[in-house]
Amino acid sequence: MASLSLQAGGSSSRALPSESTVSAMSGTERTTRPITTGTSVLGIKYRNGVMLAADTLVSYGSLAKYKNAKRLLSINSRTLVGGSGEYSDLQSISDLLRANALADRCTADSLYEEDNNEECAKEVWSYLRAVMYQRRNKMNPLWNDVVVAGFSQNPDGTTSDKPFLGIVDKIGTAYEDDILATGFGGYIALPLMREKYRPDMEEGEARALLEDCLRILFYRDCRALNRVQIAKVTEDGVLVSDPYELDTYWDFKGYQSNKGEMGTDGGW
Amino acid sequence: MASSGSGYDLSSATFSPDGRIFQVEYAAKAVENAGTALGLKCRDGVVMAVEKPLQNKMLVAKTTGRRIHTVDEHSGVAITGFVSDGRQIINRAREEASNYEETYGTKIPPKTLAQRLSTYVHYFTLHGALRPFGASTLVASYDPATKSHSLHMVEPSGISYEYYGAAAGRGRQPARTEMEKLAINPKHNEGEAELITCEEGVKQLAKIIYTLYDESKDKPFELEMSWLCEGSGWKHAGVPRDTIAAAVEWAKQQIEDESDDEDEEMEE
Repeated sequence: MASLSLQAGGSSSRALPSESTVSAMSGTERTTRPITTGTSVLGIKYRNGVMLAADTLVSYGSLAKYKNAKRLLSINSRTLVGGSGEYSDLQSISDLLRANALADRCTADSLYEEDNNEECAKEVWSYLRAVMYQRRNKMNPLWNDVVVAGFSQNPDGTTSDKPFLGIVDKIGTAYEDDILATGFGGYIALPLMREKYRPDMEEGEARALLEDCLRILFYRDCRALNRVQIAKVTEDGVLVSDPYELDTYWDFKGYQSNKGEMGTDGGW
Repeated sequence: MASSGSGYDLSSATFSPDGRIFQVEYAAKAVENAGTALGLKCRDGVVMAVEKPLQNKMLVAKTTGRRIHTVDEHSGVAITGFVSDGRQIINRAREEASNYEETYGTKIPPKTLAQRLSTYVHYFTLHGALRPFGASTLVASYDPATKSHSLHMVEPSGISYEYYGAAAGRGRQPARTEMEKLAINPKHNEGEAELITCEEGVKQLAKIIYTLYDESKDKPFELEMSWLCEGSGWKHAGVPRDTIAAAVEWAKQQIEDESDDEDEEMEE
């Protein structure tokens, strides 16, 4: 590349592999399976906000590899995102959404924050849907199911006080609901949440329900962990908890007794 | 024009026999007639102020034709000259900032941002097919890594320096003289303690703008001010409107008092 260049990055442009090296190969390899993965993310609307929950495990196949990986992310002051699936893809989604949020703030109409409208959760969700669907149509999906939590928008563009909870999956399917769960949580947690959910739940009730679900997921999902994070969006903004450990109870008879007289260590 | 250029001013790719590039000088001239832009490095941050002349009584000045823009969380630029040229520089600055962060994972250091901008602006003085930018750019930026703040100015020639106090546009000469009187350069004042605060800086810049303004001769204007300081969490933000209003009131009072003093001296 010529030393004089209009490319961003100054005159000494970083050496990037040219297109030709890629096309010279006989084919390209796509992501056909995830490598480092996070498991379920749970989401629930409650009386004056939305809450997300996920554990902090990232697995490498069946190996519990990273035990303090954060999968709940704040995108702006009123929007949360939680992702399961390929962790590197989730990081890339986070970078993308945060870069967009920063660009929004920089290119806003006014120098004064209070005059400007932030992108609301519903917009973030809708945008993410477009990204995921496009990637899937290029046969190169971002391998994540992503839950977006926050608020929807008023007709005048300001963020409304109506809680929003939506999901986008790796092929661009998107829908909203009052309770959501990705991955194994869709089978284990969602039925429990359906049973207990009320639209007027208090924050404490919502949190207790999510913690119960995470605990049960830890018991039943081999890719889950009892180290978890909870995050909420309310009108006061977003709050993502530090990772903490759930208490577990293993003294059930079924866990202790020898099954089938196999002379093993008590497993099934 | 024959006297100034004599055919050597048709392209910025051509030197005149006495070693000048007239197109670049003309670009600088374009800035010299535009609204005054000031930047001041203070003890706890940087303040910028731009005089935005109102070309038409019917325009909505508060929300259009802005001169100060945010580039990144911790960086802002003020432009004067051809504002549309300046906007190109702003876009480039945003691109450089996000590009740097994407590559290195840290915020772009102020010096690097200024250097990259000056490389960009300079590029337009090299080609016969391009026209140099008719805009000067003040760059106020904070480096979270070194916890230091700085002020740079990039001129149409592509030259860029760091400043304690920088001025561009119509009133730059008297403004520089005024700024030199303020305690802004620690090298002249034995240490940082002598530097004025941003709050004081806002008042002083407002005073300079209003001292240079001649109501009978000059067009009405809107005063745009931004800062980047401890008080704003080191974020580039507009100086609160009531703070500007208070500063302007103070400035006008000062100017009036000073002219009264002069009158009295004359009488004696």
